[in-house]
Amino acid sequence: MQTVFEKTKGLTDQPTHYCPGCTHGVIHRLVAEVLEELDVLEKTVGVASVGCSVLAYDYFNCDMTQAAHGRAPAVATGVKRVLPEDRIVFTYQGDGDLASIGMSEIIHAAARGEQITVIFVNNAIYGMTGGQMAPTSLVGQKTATSPKGRDISIQGSPIKVSEMLATLDGPAYIERVSTHDVPNIIKAKKAIKRAFEAQKERKGFTFIEVLSTCPTNWGLDPFESLDWIKDHMIPVYPLGVYKDKRGE
Amino acid sequence: MGKVLMKGNEVIAEAAVTADCKYFFGYPITPQSELVAYMAQRLPEVGGLFLQAESEVAAINMVYGASSAGVRVMTSSSSPGFSLKQEGISFLVGSQLPAVVVNIMRGGPGLGNIQPAQSDYFQVTKGGGHGDYHVPVLAPSTLQEIVDLIQDAFYIADSYRTPVIILGDGMLGQMMEPVEFRKKEYPPLPKKDWATTGTVGDGAPKTITSLDLNAETLEKRNIELQKKTDSMAIHEVRYEEQMMEDAETVIVAYGTVARIAMNAIKKAREDGIKVGLIRPISLWPFPEKPFLESREKVKRYLCVEMSAGQMIEDVRLAVNGHTPVDFFGRNGGIVPTQEEIYEQIVRKHGGVQHANSL
Ligand SMILES: Cc1ncc(C[n+]2csc(CCOP(=O)(O)OP(=O)(O)O)c2C)c(N)n1
Ligand code: SF4
Repeated sequence: MQTVFEKTKGLTDQPTHYCPGCTHGVIHRLVAEVLEELDVLEKTVGVASVGCSVLAYDYFNCDMTQAAHGRAPAVATGVKRVLPEDRIVFTYQGDGDLASIGMSEIIHAAARGEQITVIFVNNAIYGMTGGQMAPTSLVGQKTATSPKGRDISIQGSPIKVSEMLATLDGPAYIERVSTHDVPNIIKAKKAIKRAFEAQKERKGFTFIEVLSTCPTNWGLDPFESLDWIKDHMIPVYPLGVYKDKRGE
Repeated sequence: MGKVLMKGNEVIAEAAVTADCKYFFGYPITPQSELVAYMAQRLPEVGGLFLQAESEVAAINMVYGASSAGVRVMTSSSSPGFSLKQEGISFLVGSQLPAVVVNIMRGGPGLGNIQPAQSDYFQVTKGGGHGDYHVPVLAPSTLQEIVDLIQDAFYIADSYRTPVIILGDGMLGQMMEPVEFRKKEYPPLPKKDWATTGTVGDGAPKTITSLDLNAETLEKRNIELQKKTDSMAIHEVRYEEQMMEDAETVIVAYGTVARIAMNAIKKAREDGIKVGLIRPISLWPFPEKPFLESREKVKRYLCVEMSAGQMIEDVRLAVNGHTPVDFFGRNGGIVPTQEEIYEQIVRKHGGVQHANSL
């Protein structure tokens, strides 16, 4: 029998703990496939953050270090700066982790042009702690801590991290992608690959924001969740390339 | 290399270089900023890396990353900044990562001031961050002693896979003394085969984490950590005793204060007062032995600190009610003078019989 498709070597055989319909698992696959295709698995150190993806080290088939809530970019800085230049270092962070407690660390790692790749999973909510408001929650979005819906006059407006980081000189590549349908998942993979390639070429800091679902805490079924990304998140978080210094 | 005249903070930095530490992540704060600046100049000369972090929180987490990649790494700060490092220190302990963290204490609480103090004793010796843990704390009292203790600190850190704290105060950081950078010899260390450096050449992926969602296995892991703590508590005790043979009054002091106390002791001895000194060098593990050996013989202990009274709790525990333990302290950034300590000695002793000091 001819093998037409195989599981990526970038993932372990461990079943993931993610909820049904959660796209964390899809994003893991994309990162893992890219690391395998670029043949850098053996040279990669991943930094897991705090959030639903805290156990990412059980799933990625490479060396992994687990960081404190929000601090992954600082930990990754320490790892990358002391290892041989050919090593690939990435962080995998949720929006609560990166855009709330870890805002300082991400901005400064980006500003320094740290040679790392950040996979930023934006599901507009805190998943792990049970659906509280994130800095990325949408205006009007009901969460455990914004029960009447996010109100600009009380909680301010959503933070657009890709746009914000793109104002800095340090980043080499920033793109926002989505996981709500197959064409977009394919685009997401391309973006992730471009980011890791740019890291290999030592172009600077690379950042891929991936719009992701949280059916459990959004209170929607997996299909409705995909539509919610398309109908509600993308208008606020437009997809596309926000910075590209690769050609320079 | 002969003796060179240097400032305390710079001695700490050069001592770390002597200990083959090539990586430093830091953030400026008085009175330890010269240490950061020295590293910025010096580390590139030895093929290392200095990086100024955006905060103390980031600095200790960069240390965490570098340590997880298997290198000798250090950070330093002073009291308010050291508070911020507690998160990272707890994570270093949980993940069993070695590092050396320097705290050059200043007056607190809050922003306090930039004068010397010893008021972070509780914080450094009793945990500071969350979780059950202790880390070794070494408190040098001369610049020459720093050279040895920093090398010990890195060795302890690597042997036990633990952060180690070097504790000084603003006066130690700012004073100048001649020092010699002697390299110490140590038994070989185990290989850092746990480090996450990429799997090239060494097979299965490795993970560094402090997380264990299962209560049973976390307890098991914590019991292992406690075994390490117990072993450090036995093997890493350091202290100095002076004039204890016939002492009736014993001063207990560490770091800068111990030096000042020693001058007061000499003066009191000239006056015929029998005074001795116990100087804890490791604040955790706290040296109990000199107290167990002396507590039935001496009349009183006098704990002298630049705090409102912190180490005195450990002294009282060690003395365990056998002998009175008195306290004299200045705080807020005031360094007790030799005269003040001498006066305390005389008062406790009940006056001077042959006062040649009048
Ligand atoms: C210092 C600290 N504060 C708070 C928490 C609790 N906490 C765990 S995960 C999380 C939010 C994670 O949300 P996000 O990054 O959006 O990831 P998701 O779970 O949605 O994938 C919080 C607040 C923690 N672990 N540490
Ligand atoms: S809580 Fe949300 S983000 Fe977390 S695994 Fe479940 S669906 Fe995914």
